[in-house]
Amino acid sequence: MNHIALKMLMGDKGKYLGIIMGLTFASLIMTQQPAIFVGLMARTYSFISDVALPDIWVMDSKVQFIDDIKPMQETELYRVRGISGVDWAMPMYKGLLKVRLADGAFQTCNVIGLDDATLIGGPATMLTGTLADLRQSDAVIVDIEGAKDKLSKPSPILGQKNIPLQLGDSLELNDHRGIIVGIAKVTRTFQSQPVIYTTYSRAKTYAPRERRLLSFILVKAKPNQDPYQLIARIKATTGLAAYTQQGFKELTYNYFMKNTGIPINFGITISLGFIIGTAIAGQTFYNFTLENIRQFGVLKAMGASNAQLLKMILLQAVLVGSIGYGLGVGLAALFGFAMRHSIMAFKLPWQLLVFSGVGVGFICIIAALISILKVIRLEPAIVFKN
Amino acid sequence: MNSAISCQNIIKTYSTDGQLVTALNGINIEIGLGELMMLVGPSGCGKTTLISIIAGILNQDSGQCLLFGENFQALTNTQQLRFRAHNIGFVFQAYNLLPALNAIENVSVPLIITGTKRAVAEQKAKEILEQMGLSDRMKALPAQLSGGQQQRVAIARALVHSPRLIVCDEPTSALDHKSGHIIMSLLKSIALQHDRALVIVTHDARIFGFADRIAEMDDGHIIKISTTASAEAN
Repeated sequence: MNHIALKMLMGDKGKYLGIIMGLTFASLIMTQQPAIFVGLMARTYSFISDVALPDIWVMDSKVQFIDDIKPMQETELYRVRGISGVDWAMPMYKGLLKVRLADGAFQTCNVIGLDDATLIGGPATMLTGTLADLRQSDAVIVDIEGAKDKLSKPSPILGQKNIPLQLGDSLELNDHRGIIVGIAKVTRTFQSQPVIYTTYSRAKTYAPRERRLLSFILVKAKPNQDPYQLIARIKATTGLAAYTQQGFKELTYNYFMKNTGIPINFGITISLGFIIGTAIAGQTFYNFTLENIRQFGVLKAMGASNAQLLKMILLQAVLVGSIGYGLGVGLAALFGFAMRHSIMAFKLPWQLLVFSGVGVGFICIIAALISILKVIRLEPAIVFKN
Repeated sequence: MNSAISCQNIIKTYSTDGQLVTALNGINIEIGLGELMMLVGPSGCGKTTLISIIAGILNQDSGQCLLFGENFQALTNTQQLRFRAHNIGFVFQAYNLLPALNAIENVSVPLIITGTKRAVAEQKAKEILEQMGLSDRMKALPAQLSGGQQQRVAIARALVHSPRLIVCDEPTSALDHKSGHIIMSLLKSIALQHDRALVIVTHDARIFGFADRIAEMDDGHIIKISTTASAEAN
């Protein structure tokens, strides 16, 4: 009966392709839009992911997410260093500063100040120069996207493309000179501002004068020290907030989920995609069954049981569902691959593949169920009606 | 003559637009083994309803219909399906071949329904298609066959599982005289055997001569059953 089911399904190539297209579209929209959503949300904590070395992030207890900087007094660094179980603790400055460009325009940049001695928290991938070059006078490292785009220099020839920043070029940060000694690759952040790395002490000179300028304390636990116990000690001793890298990511992620319209907007888009996908695929598959109802009637008259017909319909649904899902996911992945160098956020974790797989499976089951009900209720006597 | 079908006082009503319409009103009919019975009569007289009940694809409201001694309506659903799959072959006016299957595959369907392996079923289908004179059209799809050829495939499909009852609904009405004659000859020579019965619903007076008996129906009743000259000669 499987052979008959497959032949019936593929007999009319146009209709067969129509069902596949409907499911492909449903699968595509159920994968691509959530992948953009996941990619966008991953950007909210991408900076935390990039700073991989420390076990624990310490910050003011009122901080809600990575860009919600509430500076601490420098003395907090020494208090943390004195807590038992801390292998090392390093300062980090993070703040938005205005950079004056060559054409006189201002660009807000994310300035990161790293511990002068260890440079812990620096970019993982240097494209030009080395991290150690930050120890040179007035040295700064800029991210490649910023260097090519928002921080680029205007071309001397009118109408030509801007010239990307190169080693040796200078920037003006709050009336201070910064000389570019390296170009780094960093993960795009949610705000998509250019990122400028410098030393902690130099960052403090760039930043507006404030009594408190320490944004984060990056802590490494001693070997065999349970990080959660250490976090508890840091909190108890200093009254500051402390999180593991994962914990800080979750704090940031949850803030954006609760306080921005992103989940609702994407939720609506994904829901609409799901409904439209279900409608298209379900309708097409149901129409296919309706158009073949006489054939099912003939099979029923000839003695085919409801179970046999049900298996035929399920096989058809599973086949078109699998092909549509594969094509949709493939197209979504292709979209992500094509957009990998663009500003578009896109992340396709395996959980998302399971989500869209379950979605397409649900659509197929609904479509198959409606069709099955029709076939089960079918009177075989229709075969004698013309 | 042993009885293949014995229907007593069959009543069947339909509800149309809230009104009850009596399609069969106390039908009594006996069809013997080895007999070709034709049901004739004007449209709406109940022929199709009767053939549907005889073939076990429609249940009567009252009365009893024995198929080869079996009270069909008393069987469970599964038993009815199994009985139908093994004992009844269908030939339809519109052929009702599955358009995506070629001739061999179409003919093998009744065997596959009963659980026969595909290779065995297709071998049997080939043999019967050869008997039907369709050796050169076995791989053709229904759309690539003429009306007469399609009906021969449909007859092959009705016979492939060696059923004991073959029901035909207007098997020649869509065919020209010559093709209709060929189809009826095939049905009579191949389908009709001493242990089988053949019931044909028809309007086509050109084929009445092939029948052993003709039951004339009108308004839900059988008004006359006559034996044909050829049957009398036999």
